Amino acid sequence: MNPRPAASSAFSDVMALAGSLVAIAVGMMFAIAGKDAVIVFHGWLFTAAAAIVALIALNRMRGKGPDVDPTAYVDGPVRVATVATVFWGVVGFLVGDIIAWQLAFPILNFDLPWTSFARLRPVHTSAVIFAFGGNALLATSFYIVQRTCRARLAGSWAPWFVIWGYQLFLVLAASGYVLGVTQSKEYAEPEWYVDLWLTLVWVVYFLVFIGTLARRKEPHIYVANWFLLAFIVTVAILHLVNNAALPVSFLGTKSYIIYTGVQDAMTQWWYGHNAVGFFLTAGFLGMMYYFVPKRAERPVYSDRLSIVHFWSLIFLYIWAGPHHLHYTALPDWAQTLGATFSVMLWMPSWGGMINGLMTLSGAWDKLRTDPVIRMLVVSVAFYGMSTFEGPLMSVKAVNSLSHYTDWTIGHVHSGALGWVGFVSFGAVYCLVPWLWGRKGLYSMKLVEWHFWISTLGILLYITAMWVSGILQGLMWRAYDSLGFLEYSFVESVEAMHPFYIIRALGGLLFVIGALLMAWNLWRTVYGEEPADMRDQPRIAAAPELREPAAAVRPLAAE
Amino acid sequence: MAKPEIDEITGAETTGHEWDGLKELNKPLPRWWLWSLWACVVWAIGYWIAMPAWPLVSGYTEGLLGYSQRVSVTSALAEAKEAQSEFLEKIAALEVSSIKSDPELLRFSLAGGAAAFGDNCAPCHGRGAQGAPGYPNLNDDNWLWGGKLEDIHQTLVVGIRSNHDDTRDNPMPAFGRDEILTPAQIADAAQFVLSLSGNKVDTAAAERGKEIFAEQCVACHGEEGKGNPELGAPNLTDRIWLYGGSKEAISLTIRNSRAGVMPSWEGRLSPETIKQLAVYVHSLGGGQ
Repeated sequence: MNPRPAASSAFSDVMALAGSLVAIAVGMMFAIAGKDAVIVFHGWLFTAAAAIVALIALNRMRGKGPDVDPTAYVDGPVRVATVATVFWGVVGFLVGDIIAWQLAFPILNFDLPWTSFARLRPVHTSAVIFAFGGNALLATSFYIVQRTCRARLAGSWAPWFVIWGYQLFLVLAASGYVLGVTQSKEYAEPEWYVDLWLTLVWVVYFLVFIGTLARRKEPHIYVANWFLLAFIVTVAILHLVNNAALPVSFLGTKSYIIYTGVQDAMTQWWYGHNAVGFFLTAGFLGMMYYFVPKRAERPVYSDRLSIVHFWSLIFLYIWAGPHHLHYTALPDWAQTLGATFSVMLWMPSWGGMINGLMTLSGAWDKLRTDPVIRMLVVSVAFYGMSTFEGPLMSVKAVNSLSHYTDWTIGHVHSGALGWVGFVSFGAVYCLVPWLWGRKGLYSMKLVEWHFWISTLGILLYITAMWVSGILQGLMWRAYDSLGFLEYSFVESVEAMHPFYIIRALGGLLFVIGALLMAWNLWRTVYGEEPADMRDQPRIAAAPELREPAAAVRPLAAE
Repeated sequence: MAKPEIDEITGAETTGHEWDGLKELNKPLPRWWLWSLWACVVWAIGYWIAMPAWPLVSGYTEGLLGYSQRVSVTSALAEAKEAQSEFLEKIAALEVSSIKSDPELLRFSLAGGAAAFGDNCAPCHGRGAQGAPGYPNLNDDNWLWGGKLEDIHQTLVVGIRSNHDDTRDNPMPAFGRDEILTPAQIADAAQFVLSLSGNKVDTAAAERGKEIFAEQCVACHGEEGKGNPELGAPNLTDRIWLYGGSKEAISLTIRNSRAGVMPSWEGRLSPETIKQLAVYVHSLGGGQ
């Protein structure tokens, strides 16, 4: 090994040790002086995590760590994030289905605070968005940026810090919810100290990503990386602005958001909608732009479309948040802007769908033979459907029927299960054999089952929510000839019952599909010989691991 | 510049760049896509011209249609109120007992009462007013505080054990908890109470219980145990039990007393709505 990486690696080890010692001190402070039980518990958790890092750093300084091959891509953190994606996915889907059954049968709340819908619901949303989706984005972004830049990830400890620091964030957030700690902002429930920790992790994530882009050996930046960078940068801004809060005590969990009234609501939905826009759309489009053309072995349909839809998407999305606050105290003009920007967002969103679907041209036959590419393509179809439905629902006339109903829940889940879920499953099915150097997946038949069971689950879910949502909306606005409401709220709740059962059954199918995937991937990693290698696409495209020094081709020199 | 190549399948040129084997075709924007995008932009601009849209230094562009959410909701509410005002004014002027004599008013009150009942009363009494353990059934002719229109109206106005000054309230002592009676005496009293509605009981115990009843219970429940709606004392002879009619449930009631609550609706609902509710509840079956 050449001496320079060794020296810089020794320096990183010292820094890691110093950082973990500081973290131990901070954790101990909360653990010993904390003013409520949850922050004490989180203090100990934090201390334990930091202590493990300190031990690893010490071990490495004594020369006992595993050798690092500076000529290979950094895939260790990607593997961890991939496993975390599957783990958190199963957890998040399962909790989601539990709360779906709770809505149908309230007795399942068990009359305990820890198992009540109110506490489990943020566990579900955070687990699927931030834990499942977030880990899928971490894994794929670290994978994609290295391959498409032909560069090793920046930093030696930093990528590991991002992955494990993010897991710590997730554990702090979820355990806090169950124990009743929340700042009551949807999708931004973690309290101030957890937010600060995520900020640190996210800044390092940004630095690793941008640092890797900076050392790229390709002259141009691949489109997937634009989307991923937009996701990382915007989510950082959203997180910082929306979580501006003052803690009651620096040793306690409780804090108060600095905004009040309609400003608070507007900030929250600027955040909430752009979490959809930049976390669940831009980030996953980045994933799509790598895995669809890779798996289809076809060029991306249109370079120009990717440029135009990227810039129009990120410019327009950031304005659309007010459509969550139609017919509220939000000023009329802000509602108008929210609705109109949402409608203008339709085509920029569809640009991604066109580029995803049309990339298949010349390879449509693969839909029949390869369930993984079918999953990816169906995800793009769901993306297209949701991004049409979204602008439609943001039009005020439609919104007056759909707002506060299950239609919104159905809309979110056609995007979440269909788009985010399926594109992540497709990516993970591609990644696992590549990352663990396997010939192929353990079983394509299981992928087929996963695909059909989950698709059926999604369809049950969203059709049930369409019917119940529209029914709800119509019941709420029905008047009799004397000017009285035709139905009481209780009656509309009663009318939802059968649809809540159908929804929960759909969710159950989705959970079963995810368990099949977990089993299949486990067998793959375990090294089981693929049961049906014959059916697997040859490409399976293990992207060759090019050694930077040797593999750098002279940049096209004409 | 990188060198573009021709993609064999589509015949289109690539951009000449390659990332980990990925290429992009140099295709134009789909026409329909571009035109749809522009159509949305034009629609948005039209919307901005017509409706309140862009914030200014102070105020905002108000739009040609002069739309205002506040104005439209205020006028819609006023319109709705106006449409009902004919009936509401009459109801406000009349005693609750006189509403029934006007068929139009009765029809209106039943509709309005049903709507108000669904949103305010159904959570406890059930959508069909069928009640639940601890919450009286309003369809029968058994009334704790009286089943005449005026009685029901009064109960709605003042509530039961509410924070209203004139709330209906008649605390039954917690005979066991406050050690007025021994557990054995309570068991005997329960046997007697059960016998009032014709149940098979331990006659010896019921005999002993009769004496306790005469000392402790008759003041409110009456010598025959038929209750007294003036005091909110339930009839014990009719096999209708708010908190259950088993020996255990009755013993528990004697031991700890019960104290069901209902809010006072005065101030929460308009006087006209309370009158409509009284008419509606009275009509359910058992109004006296």
